[in-house]
Amino acid sequence: MKPFTYERAKTPADAAAAVMRKPGAKFLAGGTNLLDLMKLEIETPTHLVDVQDLKLDRIEATADGGLRIGALVTNTQAAADERVRRDYGVLTRAIVAGASGQLRNKATTAGNLLQRTRCTYFYDTNMPCNKRKPGSGCSALGGVSRQLGIIGTSDSCIATYPGDMAVAMRVLDATVETVNPQGQARAIPIADFHRLWGDTPHIETALQPGELITAVTLPKPLGGTQIYRKVRDRASYAFALVSVAAVIQPDGTGRFSVGGIAPRPWRVDAADQALQQGSAAASAALLAGARPTEDNKFKTTLVERTLAGVLADSRGMRNAA
Amino acid sequence: MESSRTLPVSRRGVLAGGTAAAAATTLPKVAEAQAVRRSATPPAMPVSFEVNGKRLRMNLDTRTTLLDALREHAKLNGTKKGCDHGQCGACTVIVNGARINSCLSLAVQHEGDKVVTIEGLGSPDNLHPMQAAFVKHDGYQCGYCTPGQICSAVAVLDEIKAGIPSHVQADITARPQASGSEMRERMSGNICRCGAYSNIAEAMAEVAGAKA
Repeated sequence: MKPFTYERAKTPADAAAAVMRKPGAKFLAGGTNLLDLMKLEIETPTHLVDVQDLKLDRIEATADGGLRIGALVTNTQAAADERVRRDYGVLTRAIVAGASGQLRNKATTAGNLLQRTRCTYFYDTNMPCNKRKPGSGCSALGGVSRQLGIIGTSDSCIATYPGDMAVAMRVLDATVETVNPQGQARAIPIADFHRLWGDTPHIETALQPGELITAVTLPKPLGGTQIYRKVRDRASYAFALVSVAAVIQPDGTGRFSVGGIAPRPWRVDAADQALQQGSAAASAALLAGARPTEDNKFKTTLVERTLAGVLADSRGMRNAA
Repeated sequence: MESSRTLPVSRRGVLAGGTAAAAATTLPKVAEAQAVRRSATPPAMPVSFEVNGKRLRMNLDTRTTLLDALREHAKLNGTKKGCDHGQCGACTVIVNGARINSCLSLAVQHEGDKVVTIEGLGSPDNLHPMQAAFVKHDGYQCGYCTPGQICSAVAVLDEIKAGIPSHVQADITARPQASGSEMRERMSGNICRCGAYSNIAEAMAEVAGAKA
């Protein structure tokens, strides 16, 4: 790990200003992903601004009937909250499908959104990677790409956003709230938060330098049957090959987003519209324009089958209710 | 083993000497490159937290993880370093009541915190019920992952009591039960390469008063 200085900020605006003040500075929340990357010298911050004292660790009701989840609410805390479990079941399901108990106790809501890809070439500092070292090339193209993206990727990078939580937030139409170093607040729809990176895969989100996430807001509850189904190489503690977050209404209409296949949780309006026609039509609409590799073309079929399972589950749960 | 202590040059000494010599020949280049952005002395800071009921004060290189602070500075080497990347769970300790991977946390993040390690759960003369159950059910072979397994197991039963949901719950709004499948799912962050899992599950079930 490279040496760094460390400070604790007192307010969100102070934290943003502190990161802006020192070149090479970064925010530190739970640290479960950042410290891992610092040990490998993939991340080499010169200064860390610890945000744990910012009092962003509460979940509150919003005026329009939704919930505001503070940036520093841990994954465990968010998943266990009675309101989240009752009204946003897909979010609790997605969070507890990710990582391990130890990691969920430390990882935060904001940090989870900002976790980096688990592409093995991004992690291997001996290999070219446009995301880790812009312009060095992409080892995954023509390399081992079973775990990687099939849509929304580019000729520079075929990595995926690896998380589960954001896939549920995407289906719920969450909003990411931020503050910048000048103290100005802004709200970013989750749909625009993770970039389709094109030829700049090292820029992964819509955040500006020094901009700090303060909360994630959920709109008022959607009702319906809420399901998160994750397909992975083992039954626990593994990243998704494909995951589906869905909210299905009693009349069979609904919405879904898919994880494990793209630089961001993948959701397409036309695919939501096609849900009533079944999983084949909906997944075809979702994956229009997909460019899988030889290694990961199985994900195309896996999306359709996982969605078919989700729709069957939703019918079963409705009939049981 | 006894004879190795009397040797004038130890293996460790030879390795350390070799590293120092190699460092000396490459030092000017490295120092030059780093001078641009980083000072010669790595930044250090005071930090104070409670470990097993005892207040500790240390001055640490900011890079020191909680795991290294416990093992190398507080000399509590019951907590183990396995992968050092949060994948194996050998470093699991309980901080302010919640289990975490101590390898993925900086010591300076823990100012004022209360840390419980395997040494704080029980002693050889006075075992924690979970330690006693691991002994009874043979919940280990080599023992390296065991401190992390036991800290995690103790915290898992607390998490179930506190109603923290898990991936295997059929009804996510219901209170979780201390069933075999619940305990197995919740222990997935602790790897045992000897494969003592079924005995660990038996030990946990006994403490929880449930079936494995």
